[in-house]
Amino acid sequence: MNVRMRTLSILGLVALAIAAPIGQGNYIIYVLTSWLVFAIAAMGLNLTLGYAGQISLAQAAFMAIGAYVTSLLTLAGWHWILAMPLALLACFVVGLLLGYPALRVKGHFLAFVTLAFNTLVFLVLRNEDWLTGGSYGLVGMPRPDFGLFSTMKQLHFYYFTLGVTVLAALAMWGIVRSPWGRAFKALRENPIRAESLGVDTRRITLLAFAIGSAYGGLAGALVAPLVQFIEPGSFGVAHSLRILLMVVVGGSGYFFGPFLGAAVVILLPEVLRFAEGYYLIIYSALVIVMLVFVPSGLIGVWGRLHEKFWPRHEIRADLKEGAGLK
Amino acid sequence: MSMPVLSVRNIEKSFGGIRAVNGVSFDVHKGEILGLIGPNGSGKSTLFNCILGQLPPDGGDVSVNGRNVSGMRASDLNRLGVGRTFQQLSVFPKMSVLDNIILAGQEHHGSMLSRLFGPGDAGLTAEAEKLIAFFRLSHLRDTLAGSLSYGQQKLVDAAMAFMAGPSLVLLDEPAGGVNLTMLAGLKERLTAYNAEHGTTFVVIEHNMEFVMSLCTRIIVLSEGSIIAEGTPDEIRANQAVIDAYLGG
Repeated sequence: MNVRMRTLSILGLVALAIAAPIGQGNYIIYVLTSWLVFAIAAMGLNLTLGYAGQISLAQAAFMAIGAYVTSLLTLAGWHWILAMPLALLACFVVGLLLGYPALRVKGHFLAFVTLAFNTLVFLVLRNEDWLTGGSYGLVGMPRPDFGLFSTMKQLHFYYFTLGVTVLAALAMWGIVRSPWGRAFKALRENPIRAESLGVDTRRITLLAFAIGSAYGGLAGALVAPLVQFIEPGSFGVAHSLRILLMVVVGGSGYFFGPFLGAAVVILLPEVLRFAEGYYLIIYSALVIVMLVFVPSGLIGVWGRLHEKFWPRHEIRADLKEGAGLK
Repeated sequence: MSMPVLSVRNIEKSFGGIRAVNGVSFDVHKGEILGLIGPNGSGKSTLFNCILGQLPPDGGDVSVNGRNVSGMRASDLNRLGVGRTFQQLSVFPKMSVLDNIILAGQEHHGSMLSRLFGPGDAGLTAEAEKLIAFFRLSHLRDTLAGSLSYGQQKLVDAAMAFMAGPSLVLLDEPAGGVNLTMLAGLKERLTAYNAEHGTTFVVIEHNMEFVMSLCTRIIVLSEGSIIAEGTPDEIRANQAVIDAYLGG
């Protein structure tokens, strides 16, 4: 896809996102807002897992930290715009610390370390009720008011979330297109070679966790005013697995993967509601079929279709000019 | 004589009861192309890995340009001007040839923060293109490295080792799996780079014809110890070397 086509596609998608909630009821707008919030969380995990190759099953824990920090501060009278950066900072620092085990363990072992961390956060939130409200959670968080623009109405909050999502996506685009992004990919593909080329793989691993976690925190900071009620059960391991599913279904390591993945995981069950009791069966079957036939995610479907209908008719690059060195 | 670019002193390394490297010492001076040869299991790769910080030696010291680098991390060693290639293919397959080469130089430019907020190519596209052209890979600039032939990936791998302008490059079996036509080209490019930049090379190689025609000096290892050292002609005529290779 050339730059012009890509720009037009992105503008088209943003226009679609702007038009989508118009004329819809509060519930549909709530679901669309949830899609954007989870897309942000999945974007963060996509950086950690998709770009940097570090498995994490703790993204819901970072949403929890972001949501609780934002809730506690806004309930204490802070404006959201001041509470949110602190939530991000908290997640960045905790993510940095969670990255340390990744310097020693990889693959399945790292997955279990992060899974244990998610459980730990869940237990702290449930047991430390003097701070977190325990199982009853926290309620009544105000939605941000910017004077001329209040987000109290569901539609207004949707557009506010869309604005935050666009800014978060632009920041992520900047990261993955920068030399940092190249270093993240090098870490994923061949960490020993990357290290031998001067890439500080320890620092890059920690940053992959910290930045991915901060995106989880941002999603959490939006969940608090969206739902206006949070409790530990909303941030358990099952939710981390859902975010992982979003990344994998959308296309791990592809920029737009998380948006597609979050759409499938959040929106598809709503579309399948007509099937009543069978919707979860249909939904699960669709996900299995997709992963079997398109393991590179939905983004991979586009690649396959493009190759089928608009093949490049190119000979193999290595045969183009023989061996090259003659 | 000038200070050696690489100085290896009494390097020792054992695995269990097997002594893989047994007190090896040598110097390599600026502009030299040193070959390190020996039969399988003679300790060449272990010695390489000890020099490059991938394996901690049991004893001995390694200095680069007079600085003791024993135990230094590979990334720090690279920033001191030491490039390397690996025995196995070590390109980044899902990145283009250009991105592979830029990656090899980007950590030497600016600070961590400037690499986040600065240009995506770290200002290295022109320099990378020059190196790609030097290795005659310009027609493959935007191709994913993983889709290239084995020999071409070897060339990209070698080019990456030169991107940061190193003073010392260690090449681990650069000729392995490369066809004869490309091999001649690879040798010609390495010799040209050495002549142009005065870069010092240490080469591990099994291909005798390649190593004899490329190197100015050769060290032969057998059972972890140096058994011979000299010019290619001297090594060819050395009875201990012939015995080691033929098992005499």
